[in-house]
Amino acid sequence: MHLAYPAVLSALLFCTGLYGVLARRNAVLVLMSVELMLNAVNLNLVAFDVWLSRTARETLHSGQALTLFTIAIAAAEIGIGLAIVLAVYRNRGTSDIDRLRDTAEGHEDDTPAAEKAEATA
Amino acid sequence: MNPASAALATAAAGTHGFLSPTGVEIAFLLVGVVTFGAALVTVSTKQLVHAALWLVATLGGLAVEYLLLTAEFIAWVQVLIYVGSVVVLLLFGLMLTKAPIGRSPDADSGNRWAALTVAIAAAAALVWVVVDAFRTTWIDLSGPASGSTEVTGASLFQHWVLPFEALSVLLLAALVGAIVLSRKAKADAAATAASTPTVPGSRSEKEGVR
Repeated sequence: MHLAYPAVLSALLFCTGLYGVLARRNAVLVLMSVELMLNAVNLNLVAFDVWLSRTARETLHSGQALTLFTIAIAAAEIGIGLAIVLAVYRNRGTSDIDRLRDTAEGHEDDTPAAEKAEATA
Repeated sequence: MNPASAALATAAAGTHGFLSPTGVEIAFLLVGVVTFGAALVTVSTKQLVHAALWLVATLGGLAVEYLLLTAEFIAWVQVLIYVGSVVVLLLFGLMLTKAPIGRSPDADSGNRWAALTVAIAAAAALVWVVVDAFRTTWIDLSGPASGSTEVTGASLFQHWVLPFEALSVLLLAALVGAIVLSRKAKADAAATAASTPTVPGSRSEKEGVR
């Protein structure tokens, strides 16, 4: 198999996830797009590991070991991320990223009055 | 590119041309098209629950790609962890944040076109560089599988034992962290609900759901 096929698929998936992270408004959908980007990296790692283990007789299998570590860390990341999103939702009543602007400058007019009152309280 | 190197590249690619693909390549291409299409629907659909379900199609397609690359163990781990638990966690997250079931018109933010420009520019640059670099590189998929459970386990427990054990500590820390975040948020919500009952606005309904 040409190495270009998995490499191109991985690049396309990564850019799809990049678009999702930048364009989505719901925090859970942003986490889904982050998962897409992580999976693109995993596909690259596996493809290059298979290529190197055949071509260079590399027996360390670092690509597949790193893929397993990435999968485990992604599972931990999604657990912590969802816990944070749920905590934000309980405190604010929204998981809309565009409305969480307490630390931003110049966006004071965008936040609704109730949120501002709660943030300053 | 001068003609001599172009001729050299075509000669090197002549043994494995792009125009006479093998069966594995055709299968990889078809599954790849399905995977990429499902990923596009995941980031562009306006129904939030459908996005999670299309993510299942994307992750399952990637598992098939791992199988085609003879990485069996990674494929089954992908099915178990991603399709089995991460998507379920995401669905729970959508449910607990009360995502609307039908179409939600504000799923995309205002900087959608800027995001599209950035993504297309990044895709064009990455694909161009990757194709130019690995045009003639060939993966030999014959012979024993390079990612079977035996091979992966041997390399993992011979060369990667220390990172493996460190990873278990990290998973424990993540577990404790998730529990602490949830419990602390609950205590804070109870305190704010006791002092100003109308501000959170959703706590009583959430208790009813539970």
